[in-house]
Amino acid sequence: MKVPPGVSASDFAEAIKQFEEAVGKEWVFTSDEDVAMYRDAYSPFMGEPDELVASAAVAPDGVEQVQKVVRIANHYKIPIYPVSTGKNLGYGGSAPVLSGSVVLDLKRMNRILEVNERNAFALVEPGVSYFDLYRYIQEKGLKLWVDVPDPGWGSPIGNALDRGGGYLMPQYRNHFDSHCGMEVVLANGEVLRTGMGALPGAQTWQQYKSGFGPWIDGMFSQSNFGVVTKMGFWLMPEPDAYLSGTVVVPRHDDLIPLVRILTYLEDTRVTNGMPDLGSPLLGIPMLSDFVARFDQGSTPFERPQGPELPAMIAKAGGEASPELDEYAQRKGIGYWSCKLSFYGAAKANAANWEFAKEKFSAIPGVKFEEGESYKFPLTPEQREKVHKPQFGIPSLAMFSIGARSAMNPEPASGHMWFSPIIPRTGEAIFETNRVFAQAAKEFGLPFLNFNLPSTYWERAFIFIFAFPVLRDVEANKKNRESFKKLIKVAADHGWGEYRTPPAFQDAIMNTYSFNNHALLHFHETIKDAIDPNGILSAGRYGIWPKHVREAKS
Amino acid sequence: MRHLAKAHEKGNGMKNAKVGLLAALSLMLAGAAYAAPDQEQIERGHKVYDKWCFPCHGTGVGKPGTDSLVARGQKPAVLEERTDLTVPAIKTFVRHGVLFMPMFRKTEVSDADLDAIAAYLTRNNKP
Repeated sequence: MKVPPGVSASDFAEAIKQFEEAVGKEWVFTSDEDVAMYRDAYSPFMGEPDELVASAAVAPDGVEQVQKVVRIANHYKIPIYPVSTGKNLGYGGSAPVLSGSVVLDLKRMNRILEVNERNAFALVEPGVSYFDLYRYIQEKGLKLWVDVPDPGWGSPIGNALDRGGGYLMPQYRNHFDSHCGMEVVLANGEVLRTGMGALPGAQTWQQYKSGFGPWIDGMFSQSNFGVVTKMGFWLMPEPDAYLSGTVVVPRHDDLIPLVRILTYLEDTRVTNGMPDLGSPLLGIPMLSDFVARFDQGSTPFERPQGPELPAMIAKAGGEASPELDEYAQRKGIGYWSCKLSFYGAAKANAANWEFAKEKFSAIPGVKFEEGESYKFPLTPEQREKVHKPQFGIPSLAMFSIGARSAMNPEPASGHMWFSPIIPRTGEAIFETNRVFAQAAKEFGLPFLNFNLPSTYWERAFIFIFAFPVLRDVEANKKNRESFKKLIKVAADHGWGEYRTPPAFQDAIMNTYSFNNHALLHFHETIKDAIDPNGILSAGRYGIWPKHVREAKS
Repeated sequence: MRHLAKAHEKGNGMKNAKVGLLAALSLMLAGAAYAAPDQEQIERGHKVYDKWCFPCHGTGVGKPGTDSLVARGQKPAVLEERTDLTVPAIKTFVRHGVLFMPMFRKTEVSDADLDAIAAYLTRNNKP
């Protein structure tokens, strides 16, 4: 049995014994076989001595058991690493950031404590998955939608604390922003509730977010300051109808007004679903078409046929090209496209789409394509056809991107995302492509002709570049090095990552260095004050406890 | 997210757990003993399968596990329709994962649930 760093074998044995008394022997895992199931299935260190692994795992069934485990860990100074469902693949899974930590597996805490249809909220425990919550709502026949990530396994609590996103209306799409109220176990075993939950007998814990005084909820996301044991979420009432429509523009530079008008329409709530950018000319599919194209057996990157086109695209290298503009217009192929989604009253959706068309008509040559129009519930045929997460239905279909398929006969073993936040402008899309294409060339990374950003967030874009995790140690080492170089390139241009696997959390936190790392010093001050033994998730998001910082320096 | 970098994919390949796993599973698929499961266990297994396996390995649109087996030439590709799966192979896949499929822990799929899944997926095997 592996022993956590800095802990004696005898102390660890005693702690394991006490963990067993706290949660039951059956729920303490120490055998190599059981502990191996807590490995990060997509670890970029797979097969290397540096792979992040647990020493043991403990699975409590309720907040009282969590308190007991935390107190035992605090007494023996045992590093523990809470996971909710451990399914944030590509961001670390259920493996700890500090190798040798004991995983605090909260999967057994899987109670849906309340779903309130009238006021559209839920209160859940960490082990509740998106599928669990969706099925519960369906079984009860409630007219509520859950904003799910894509792919949709994992848990509302885990995804929100990792600051994931989805597809529905903006107030639900940012999963951390859509939460309302938390219960947290601190490193000393004390339980606190945030927001209105701090008021004994509060009737509005899931209806008013900030309570009274400092609003501290953000401190428990992407951090290691406590173990979140309950969390409330605002759910989306089932809308009357859904409508989509696609805007297609003919020239390279049209991306700038396209994004400007789109942003206005989103910020004024004329369109209220996640917008979906693509390029018919360059063969970049809209996200909602991705999975459908896989299922049809075609490549999502299919380009219009034309013998001269590949050379023209390569020559342009993502820049404006009169040749390409002329080709697109002559062939009637859009350079850029953007699908807009509308959730709401059917008549209002139609009116909003008409207004959007009026605004986009400022772009010469713009065309509009009518899209999907649904009332709810969807028919079984509609349900099979749609991109499910856009209708609050969890799905694993997005795994098609990396899984074995006709176009990908030798799939990788996993992936890791490089994902800086960039400004929400067409100019920024061009600039990031220019900068990262140059960097990719320099570092020997392949870069397709253009990369369109993801549009989950309201006020910014995410430029996402996926690295494969391979069955090749040397290749993984090189990819990790390239990833770190891209972090620096991004930071040098003022772009910072929003989320990352453990392998890069230190490197990214170090780029948030304004005024001599004042923000990190603040995190460390809090860490040292509320977790002086540094037992909770050491190293998560670059926040290390004092004894580890001292040992490193 | 629109593309995966293909950099540095070449190489001799690592003798990692997953490669060994595939070889071991081939042997298991070929030669495990058959034991008829009971109906109650099969029904329980069906429920557990629907919860944990169907979203990836089921029928219908957007099932990457099924799609992956189609791409590998597996017939039938839907696990529920197979008659050649063995209990050890099923357990190894669930507990160790393969390629994009991660491993599943005992707090997710208990040993008893895994026995039931195995009973369900081997229900049509010929003695």
